[in-house]
Amino acid sequence: MKSALSQIRPAIVSTLVFAVICCGLYPLAVTGIARTAFAKQADGSLITDKHGTVIGSSLLGQNFCGDRYFHPRPSAAGANGYDAASSGGSNLGPTSRKLADQIKERVAAYRSINGLAENQPVPADAVTASGSGLDPHISPANAMLQASRVAKARGLALPTVESLIVRNTDKAAFGLIGEDGVNVLKLNLALDSLSTDGR
Amino acid sequence: MNTNDWLQLALFIGLLALITKPLGIYLTKVLDPAGKTPLDRVLRPVERLSYRLMGVDPSREQGWKSYTVAMLVFSAVGVLFTYAILRLQHLLPLNPQGLPGLAPALAFNTAVSFTTNTNWQSYGGEGTMSYFSQMVGLAIHNFTSAAVGISIAAALVRGIARHSASTLGNFWVDVTRTTLYLLLPVCLIFAVFLVSQGMIQNFKPYETAKLVEAITVPGQDPVTEQTIAQGPMASQIAIKMLGTNGGGFTNANAAQPFENPTPLSNFIQMLSIFAIGSALTYYLGRMTRNQGHGWTVWSAMMLMFVAAVLTCWWAEAHGNPVHHALGVSVADGNMEGKEVRFGIFNSSLFATTTTAASCGAVNSMHDSFTAFGGLVPLFLMELGEVVIGGVGAGLYGMIVFVVLAVFIAGLMVGRTPEYLGKKIQAYDVKMCMLALLVLTASILGFTAWAAVSAWGQAGLNNGGPHGFSEILYAYSSATGNNGSAFAGLTATPADGDMHYNVTLGIAMLIGRFLMIIPIMALAGSMLKKKVSPPSAGTFPVSGVTFTVLLIGTVLLIGALNFLPALALGPIVEHFLMLNGQLF
Repeated sequence: MKSALSQIRPAIVSTLVFAVICCGLYPLAVTGIARTAFAKQADGSLITDKHGTVIGSSLLGQNFCGDRYFHPRPSAAGANGYDAASSGGSNLGPTSRKLADQIKERVAAYRSINGLAENQPVPADAVTASGSGLDPHISPANAMLQASRVAKARGLALPTVESLIVRNTDKAAFGLIGEDGVNVLKLNLALDSLSTDGR
Repeated sequence: MNTNDWLQLALFIGLLALITKPLGIYLTKVLDPAGKTPLDRVLRPVERLSYRLMGVDPSREQGWKSYTVAMLVFSAVGVLFTYAILRLQHLLPLNPQGLPGLAPALAFNTAVSFTTNTNWQSYGGEGTMSYFSQMVGLAIHNFTSAAVGISIAAALVRGIARHSASTLGNFWVDVTRTTLYLLLPVCLIFAVFLVSQGMIQNFKPYETAKLVEAITVPGQDPVTEQTIAQGPMASQIAIKMLGTNGGGFTNANAAQPFENPTPLSNFIQMLSIFAIGSALTYYLGRMTRNQGHGWTVWSAMMLMFVAAVLTCWWAEAHGNPVHHALGVSVADGNMEGKEVRFGIFNSSLFATTTTAASCGAVNSMHDSFTAFGGLVPLFLMELGEVVIGGVGAGLYGMIVFVVLAVFIAGLMVGRTPEYLGKKIQAYDVKMCMLALLVLTASILGFTAWAAVSAWGQAGLNNGGPHGFSEILYAYSSATGNNGSAFAGLTATPADGDMHYNVTLGIAMLIGRFLMIIPIMALAGSMLKKKVSPPSAGTFPVSGVTFTVLLIGTVLLIGALNFLPALALGPIVEHFLMLNGQLF
């Protein structure tokens, strides 16, 4: 017991010392360096419109429903999806009836919106919710299947839309690590800046 | 399972092998109070000042009891420190969202969770924790609980390496040096790298973005804005990974794009989870002057790791036949709960890495994995997280199995078992068994209780065997100090029921401290023993035979303890899934 009491001072003092160094000096040093070297990233890679209003982050997905836009993945973040202050997945398991019902509904909707045949397989990412509910990407296959719908709604040539898809694809690192993903928000903004015909 | 994925796996293991030796050598310098490092000029004065403030004489070593008591007192102070911060969050600074203080059960669970290096998240990060709570209340344990784990491992290794001795180092010196010379400098560089990839680091209030397209919701006003969580994230994530803590800044953890922006940030995060644990096996070899032994332990870990990765990856790549029947492309695998930028392979690799180590960060939702894909992380935690394992905890856990393997081999050949020249006696084997049985009893006992209780079933997100898996996963994760979850489980229900938060908190305390105490007793016992010179009858603890024996011991004990429980969860679910049975 005596030996335990003698350890109380070092325990309390070291906690305070570590708090000052690891929780004060260290994060401030990181913040200082980050703001100097990578200010845009440190602030959340925010995208602003021509008036300077923040309209999103290139790293975070947003919901799109209209025909004129590419649609992101289903999202389980927040009550309406894509809530960037409440990230999360569905956490529904492989034998969940709720998940199977959701997927069935999404498959049917995806085929009908994009004019696919009744038996055409649908890309998995188009009908499943991501882990974060904020996935900024869709798979290139998913984007290509949506291309003709978007081209038609905007009166654009299909190759124009397809080349925008390629230009807004975030590549795997060194062509090896990770997967290619089409950034939906960037792609849709690129489409908007292309067709200035208004809505 | 294409060529690119195989290349990534080879690259991952190759890079890990490459950093193991240099980092291991650096560790021996950090864990030697007289060790010289390039950082001495800056850090020596800080180190000396810290000892003076603490009132610690760095030259005075401690016996195993005194070392253990110091660790326990330090941890108790840590729990109280964080509990107080979380309860008083609303009165403390850096709370731009005006978040309220936490309820007692949740604050207890979280304080214990971070002190024990578990970092189970009963809270939703961005909706519960102020910047101050994250940065001070939680992040301090990201450093100190990692430093404690490394210190305990170092003490055990010294117990094995020294002979006829009575002291095994000074706890305060080990913790201080590990934090200052190892964790802080690596994290500083790592955090800046993470920001370069797009991770946030600021003290701004949450940002509001005007949506490009307003979303109509039936029966409500249209959604026109997106609230974007902000905060000092990178500084915390660097240590969350390197220290195998795993507690996320956001609810979705390393799946959330700010918290893991690119495939490259993901890859380096996975490497950092394993870095220190891997280097510690080199430290073991170096200190015991038997580098072959260190690499043998490393190889046993790696072989189990590769087997686990392949199983999980195979299961996820094959996907779910139930969903395929609904028209989902078969070639895409199971994408529910996964991010496009990581895909099947990097999600499976991350899930295996985070549970092989006791990290617990997730870049995909394990709850939505296929039955066998989810079994892999679950079983890795139940093996005691000895496949590389948590920083320090993995090595001291694995040494328990090494001692048991030596003991079993001794019984088989009919000689007194010896480990590196020291006789393994009844007391040592008892301590090893105690450390393992405590874990098993906590996991299975709490799971059984929750599974038959109304409070246990109320928290489930899934029915059928998957619901049972959610409970089993929770107590495996808590006891193993992992912190990942089948996150559908609600441990903090709206009605304020405290059962989950309290029992999980107790499981974490058991898994951390009731394991460390017998292990320190083992260290104390080994420390006193004499070394007998190797003879023709000495069982070698390096080489292929011992690798196989060690793997066999780990799997045998894990399988005997947990196969029945796994059969009720993921195994039966696999066959139900193949039959299209839904719940």
